Amino acid sequence: MTLLRQGFAGRGPLVRLPGLAPLFLALTLLVLGVLIVLPLGVVFHQAFARGLEAYLEPLKQPDALAAIRLTLVVAAISVPLNAVFGVAAAWAVARFEFRGKSLLVTFIDLPFSMSPVVSGLVWVLLFGAQGWFGPWLQDHGVKIIFATTGLVLATTLVTLPFVARELIPLMQDQGADEEAAALTLGAGGWTTFFRVTLPNIKWALLYGVLLCNARAMGEFGAVSVVSGSVRGLTTTLPLHVEVLYNDYEFVGAFAAASILAGLGLLTLVLKTVLEWRHSGELSASRRH
Amino acid sequence: MWLGLVVVLPLTALVLRPWEVGLSGIWSTLTEDRVLAALRLSFGVSLLAALTNIPLGLMTAWTLTRYEFPGRRVIDALVDLPFALPTAVAGIALTAIYGPTGVLGEPLAKLGIKAAYNPIGIYIALLFIGLPFVVRTVQPVLQDLDREVEEAAQTLGATNLQRFRLVVLPAVLPALVSGFSLAFARAVGEYGSVIFIAGNMPLKSEIAPLLIVIKLEQYDYAGAATVGLAMLLISFGALLAVNGLQLVLARRGRA
Amino acid sequence: MSIDEILNRRRLIATAAAVAVVPGWASAESGKSLTLLNVSYDPTRELYKDVNAAFAAYWKSRTGQTLTLNQSHGGSGKQARAVIDGLEADVVTLALAYDIDEIATRAKLLPANWQSRLRNNSAPYTSTIVFLVRKGNPKGIRDWGDLVKPGVQVITPNPKTSGGARWNYLAAYAWALKQPGGTPAKAEAYLSALFKNVPVLDTGARGSTTTFAERGLGDVLLAWENEAYLSLEEFGPKFDIVYPSLSILAEPTAALVDKNVQRHGTRVVATGYLNFLYSPLAQDLIGKHHFRPRDPKALAKYGAKFRKLPMVTIDGEFGGWRKAQAAHFADGGVFDRIYRR
Repeated sequence: MTLLRQGFAGRGPLVRLPGLAPLFLALTLLVLGVLIVLPLGVVFHQAFARGLEAYLEPLKQPDALAAIRLTLVVAAISVPLNAVFGVAAAWAVARFEFRGKSLLVTFIDLPFSMSPVVSGLVWVLLFGAQGWFGPWLQDHGVKIIFATTGLVLATTLVTLPFVARELIPLMQDQGADEEAAALTLGAGGWTTFFRVTLPNIKWALLYGVLLCNARAMGEFGAVSVVSGSVRGLTTTLPLHVEVLYNDYEFVGAFAAASILAGLGLLTLVLKTVLEWRHSGELSASRRH
Repeated sequence: MWLGLVVVLPLTALVLRPWEVGLSGIWSTLTEDRVLAALRLSFGVSLLAALTNIPLGLMTAWTLTRYEFPGRRVIDALVDLPFALPTAVAGIALTAIYGPTGVLGEPLAKLGIKAAYNPIGIYIALLFIGLPFVVRTVQPVLQDLDREVEEAAQTLGATNLQRFRLVVLPAVLPALVSGFSLAFARAVGEYGSVIFIAGNMPLKSEIAPLLIVIKLEQYDYAGAATVGLAMLLISFGALLAVNGLQLVLARRGRA
Repeated sequence: MSIDEILNRRRLIATAAAVAVVPGWASAESGKSLTLLNVSYDPTRELYKDVNAAFAAYWKSRTGQTLTLNQSHGGSGKQARAVIDGLEADVVTLALAYDIDEIATRAKLLPANWQSRLRNNSAPYTSTIVFLVRKGNPKGIRDWGDLVKPGVQVITPNPKTSGGARWNYLAAYAWALKQPGGTPAKAEAYLSALFKNVPVLDTGARGSTTTFAERGLGDVLLAWENEAYLSLEEFGPKFDIVYPSLSILAEPTAALVDKNVQRHGTRVVATGYLNFLYSPLAQDLIGKHHFRPRDPKALAKYGAKFRKLPMVTIDGEFGGWRKAQAAHFADGGVFDRIYRR
């Protein structure tokens, strides 16, 4: 299972159903146009509905800037956490045989099939004032829910599978030969990791991080449960879109949304460039 | 350790919390009309959307891998947009399009089709978020498809349609199934993009994740956890079934 | 070094610490700095923006302290839930007393008798439920009875999640009960017919207004009086306000959250804030934002737009929120029943 792969058009005498080409092309364009391009167009159209001035104005508000900053902070914490976890988990799964391995893989996948709302809910059940650890935390002055920590936890849970999922097939494919060679030549464990393992997986890792980051910045359902939506303090950019929308600031809401859409597009561009330049290294995991 | 902290611990809370109200409490929550209707709606519409995404995704992947045309790369990149676009943004945008005064909503309304604020709206939103999953699982398989087999089929005088049915389809079937299951799993839990367009009528267009939120706002923590757990178990069961199906397909493909 | 500089420095350090280590960022900020968090319901966004600015200026002039007022808005039930789950509000200003009751009973953050601590049932202003219809009232909607006519689309939020929606619902119920020969069974049948005409149930009052005003759905919006006037301002003269023959006296309440102000050391300023809501200055802002002020002078100034109409009260008609909640909105209550028909 691999998400979001792009490749090259087939060459040679493959089945192409050439007669159907125009029909298929037209249908594809129609489907993508209606389903995907139109919503994107609406976001930008609404954002610029009253000109550039009106577009920039809401983005200069302190609350908007705080939301942007918070989104970046949350992503800056949860993405590296998941990157480290992803490498460690992929390493464990690809290199070692142990009992409960398939269980581990299942748990890595689990956040995929969990509703984001549930991903937020579980933290409330744990750390909310009425939750298991809530009273203890409160007595000790530690705030998790309705603070940055809670936002980070919810985001981390939602984006957990992305890096690990990219790396596992690749590392399984590559095998441990090179690492074994390095170890025989007397290199230490960490040296081997940084000189051999990491360079081998760096592009796939970067790719996974990119996906993880896109999702982390755009997450809405999970963070809305744990945010408390205090303006300028616990609203991330997607939540700020909702706040503005409810303030009847439609231009502002779509302006903030267009930043997120822009981030999404930037991710896509980076991804395409990455694949274009390193398609060979990435293709290993594509076959799974 | 990290996994334990971030996944297992919260899940434990989710699994244990409903028992506070006892088995009878869980049972009465699960048999509430609204809960049943919401679960049926969430899983039903998700199934429908994921099924629709199979032909749409296959066609898109086919076009992107088999034909050369200007702008192919751009379109290829755009397929991922639903994945990168925040769900709330998608929800607002889709509502603007399919609402009664929207670009598509207005002509549809003239035809007597109410797109937004009923299950059709939910279906559209779930189509949107599910499409990339099918395209991206099928695309690599279509690319790697063994050329010789197709050529052989061609030399044996198989027609295009026959070749497609006998050679291409069996090869992509496992990928289609896994793309379908991903789109399905994602759709069942989807919240942000759906609540804006759904209309949220009890028993009619109220999705299960929204019901979790509603239960939470009524201070019914156990009830919220019960619905959450039920959703997780059902989608987990569905995924297991799909994985089993995939294994069977893969074996048959090899044989 | 001024308080400002200390605060700034503190925030800078806190932010730097947050980037370095995850936990405890927010707790570092709650220390002794003078900030208040007011957790409120949806339609007070514009009101508290003004009130907060006025109070910060007032507090600065009186004490020299710089006060930061943080604000959170959302559906009343959602907000109460957040406070119960640990959102450390110093004051709560919610759509209905029931939600604050819930905070008192479930989380014990304030005493059960909280409502007697401030004047006027702890409600610094009142409001009521009115109809917002499209310009010229093409469907001829004059009263509650017109809402169940075939072909009339009614927009109201979900009473399960929205405080305003509960007032809407109870006003409709009270009207039906007061009709000649009205019985609870007939009122229930009326509500059932009413909700058959509702095409969308948004989760909050703001969502419903957007659906009606921006998306153009429905013939009539059941709205807070203040929301109805705000819609006229925000969306231009596309709508008319219709006052029904009977409505309900809505008393959105404010309260100090004792446990939280104790923890933050903000009891004095939070109490000052709540009392400020009753001051002539705040009462004027309240009237300006279309809520019905308690202060006679402010009421006289803005009184023209607040039509006098017969209003039932929650205590008089329904025996208080606790009973109303249990009978109508709890799982298995009247609201659930009317959808099962």
